[in-house]
Amino acid sequence: MDFRLTKSHELAQKLFRDFSINEVKPIAQEVDEEERFPSETVQKMGKYGIMGIPFPKEYGGQDADILTYVMAVEELSKVCGTTGVVLSAHTSLCSAPIFEFGTPEQKAKYLPKLNSGEHIGAFGLTEPNAGTDASAQQTIAEKKEDHYLINGTKIFITNAGVADIFIVMAMTDKKAGTRGISAFILEKGMPGFSIGKHELKMGIRGSSTCELIFENVKVPLENLLGQEGKGFGLAMKTLDGGRIGIAAQALGIAQGAIDETVHYVKDRRQFGKPISAFQNTQFQLADMQTKVDAARLLVYKAAFLKENKQPYSVEAAQAKLFASEVAMEVTTKAVQLFGGYGYTREYPVERMMRDAKITEIYEGTSEVQKMVISAAMLK
Amino acid sequence: MKIIVCIKQVPDTTEVRIDQKTGTLIREGVPSIINPDDKSGIEAALVLKEKYGAHITLLSMGPDQAELALIEGLAMGADRAILLSDRAFAGSDTWATSLALAYAIKKIDYDVIICGRQAIDGDTAQVGPQIAEHLSLPQVSYVTSIEKEENSLKVKKVFEDFSQNIRIKMPCMITVLKEINQPRYMTVGRIFDAYKENQVERWNIQNIDMDPSLTGLKASPTQVKKIQTKGAKTAGKVFEVDAREGARLIVEKLKEKYVI
Amino acid sequence: MDLKAYKGILVIGEQRQGNIQNGTFELLGKAKELAAKLDCNVSVLLIGNGLNEQHGKILAKHGADNIFMTNDRNLENYSTEPYTKTITKFIIENKPEIVMISATTIGRDLAPRLSARLKTGLTADCTSLDIEDNTQNLLMTRPAFGGNILATIVCPNHRPQMSTVRPGVFQKQEFDVKKPLKINCVRADITEKDLNIEILDTVYEKTEKKNIEEANILVSAGRGIGNKENISKLETLAKELGGLVSGSRAVVDAGWIEQSSQVGQTGKTVRPDVYLACGISGAIQHIAGMEESDLIIAINKNPEAPIFDNADLGIVADVNQLIPALVEELQKVNP
Repeated sequence: MDFRLTKSHELAQKLFRDFSINEVKPIAQEVDEEERFPSETVQKMGKYGIMGIPFPKEYGGQDADILTYVMAVEELSKVCGTTGVVLSAHTSLCSAPIFEFGTPEQKAKYLPKLNSGEHIGAFGLTEPNAGTDASAQQTIAEKKEDHYLINGTKIFITNAGVADIFIVMAMTDKKAGTRGISAFILEKGMPGFSIGKHELKMGIRGSSTCELIFENVKVPLENLLGQEGKGFGLAMKTLDGGRIGIAAQALGIAQGAIDETVHYVKDRRQFGKPISAFQNTQFQLADMQTKVDAARLLVYKAAFLKENKQPYSVEAAQAKLFASEVAMEVTTKAVQLFGGYGYTREYPVERMMRDAKITEIYEGTSEVQKMVISAAMLK
Repeated sequence: MKIIVCIKQVPDTTEVRIDQKTGTLIREGVPSIINPDDKSGIEAALVLKEKYGAHITLLSMGPDQAELALIEGLAMGADRAILLSDRAFAGSDTWATSLALAYAIKKIDYDVIICGRQAIDGDTAQVGPQIAEHLSLPQVSYVTSIEKEENSLKVKKVFEDFSQNIRIKMPCMITVLKEINQPRYMTVGRIFDAYKENQVERWNIQNIDMDPSLTGLKASPTQVKKIQTKGAKTAGKVFEVDAREGARLIVEKLKEKYVI
Repeated sequence: MDLKAYKGILVIGEQRQGNIQNGTFELLGKAKELAAKLDCNVSVLLIGNGLNEQHGKILAKHGADNIFMTNDRNLENYSTEPYTKTITKFIIENKPEIVMISATTIGRDLAPRLSARLKTGLTADCTSLDIEDNTQNLLMTRPAFGGNILATIVCPNHRPQMSTVRPGVFQKQEFDVKKPLKINCVRADITEKDLNIEILDTVYEKTEKKNIEEANILVSAGRGIGNKENISKLETLAKELGGLVSGSRAVVDAGWIEQSSQVGQTGKTVRPDVYLACGISGAIQHIAGMEESDLIIAINKNPEAPIFDNADLGIVADVNQLIPALVEELQKVNP
């Protein structure tokens, strides 16, 4: 066993750090307050290869690995939770299923532009009546002679308002239950496909979270992703990978809050000394960092397993469960250590606390992760 | 066009701290970076490459760990990287350093040598012009823009209170200011490529056909006699005085720090 | 190398458009001091075209014992090779033991080129020069490592010992000149080949740094300055020091200065050589943006203001009275 990063990973981490500090951090507050999607950042991320990290060069990727991608999400999320999830949804939920389940033609058609950042990806599974119970899909895809006709609605779709490519789940056989679900690749602007309501959120406010509306959308047969009826499994596998990305986002948010806090407590003086001189501050920080470091081991381990083509869905669930709960705990404690200033928008920790909450909810709530983990234990 | 960019790995002096107890420099944990002016030199070369086509060779003299600076330059987009490393160079001042670099450059095909104006650890601004002198090349220092003409470059050089547009025939040496550009980042893919293909070439003193007596500590005209740290930052003094006396105290302090 | 063959101090004068630069006079003042210790003469070599007795007189007044000048149209304006060639030839013929050059953009282009050609050492940007007692070597002290250390450099076995000094480091001095003025003309043999660059145009412009993050000196305003009109006093002071005006969040919110000049948590993080906090109380958000400054001087009426905890020098006084007094004091030093 070797816990050291390779030289390439260290240098990639430096790139992500420099990029985050210089390009992402300065606009993080504005992105949050104005609920603005950071298009300019995404464009730059594309330029430096960050939008296509774990995919081979033949598809315009960077030929790096899952761990590198995880570190990118982590570093971005340290300074801006929004930017972290934009990358995570794009990579894990759109590019990854096309790469893993797509035909050579689909890969050649979609991946190069996704990997260069020219196109942004999204993933549509959740519906008004199909949240944690994702099998209760009501979006229908009827097979016609040379196309599928899709009708229905998806909600809470990350990147929806800005995405070019969407992975969408729909029922091709209503009677077959989860075995009647299929996955499709949709493109922005297909007739009948529109973007609905933009959600106003508590955190990650710059990410574009919207409804997808399908009204008699004709999708060519060749846009079926994977086999007909295998969409549910495809979605679940995709989410297994996605959870590593969200776990990395949670990890980043938590570490970012600690970094801000460490800096603050050395400066802030009360009772004639910096508050870092008080044992309460010291012990809180020790707890916070220890938990974040433990979370990092789980996240990196899940990434390692996925990279090495070993089963990882339990480890991904554990990583997400733990990292997201640590993020919530650590950001809450950070706000407390900042005191009144922490509650104001002058400092970023209140934003981090708001951003942290969603990591316990999306791509499977903490409760879903516990179902996944315990099911493996009790089978 | 063939471009050589000379770069130096330096400690990030903005991260250097003074040990409050001993008054000495804390070097541990201080990250090493590409000297900022040199990084702008790499970017300037990359811009020329994009505009006119070019092959870019990075050259650095330093210990083994300076490889990282070269890898970073490759990951930004340079084509070739050479680390000039030999115990014989240890202790070289700017004169001996520039001579060794000049020997190395003689082994490389080039039209232009780009150096950063100065390094943040030494701030001497000497190595670029001294390389040019050793190679008998024309030079322009303090450059803030570069355009290529047929066999020459048109550059803008800035002085304190004026600037000049200058035409300089290639081969030549220029030193650039940080202000010339905003260096790009590395790309993820190039980072992995640079390590996979182990692209940094290592040259020692034999590779450049240099007599060891010409470089290193013994061949350096200047020697460091004494190093003092500025000492621990002591808590400042506060004076309750009238405006005139206050002004005088401030002037005193500014003089002490060579500000005026 | 016969070190004893080298004698005397040579200052390379700098003129721009025929005006001798202050740095030259400052070097002459220091050279005079060193010459007293070495018991030698101070020479100055001024390169240019159309130079005359007036130039000679003023050089003599500031400490030059021997005056050398060129008058050559190829040397009217600075250019690396013609200047290097002329000075190299002069040094080889006259063998000074010390050569001093201003560390301006011109001097810092020229000096390394000269030292490489003369195969001797060069120490840049010295902040102090002295003569070592027993060896008579020149002790050249300069800051390095981002100003965190001071290194004293010697050049024991090569001559001349060369150093550059930034303008403003030494004081210029004036002397009574008793002997009649004698100007020695130096011939330059500049050929076509030496004119190896072509100056296409010269634009005179005072390039002002507008970005407070790049300024070396910041005069920073806080609520304590009272009103918007008093900002102009700070601007006068900043101009005198060659710096910029910045401010705390309070003065930005009050509309007294631009948001782009705000220092602190919600503004910019700065680390200038000198940060002069004028009427700033020193809230933690402000301190976070400037605590890395090299020298922090605080002026505040309130002796309890937290800014004093972070200052290297604190003055408890009315900032609006102190600033004009400070401007006057500075003008005395640098008229």
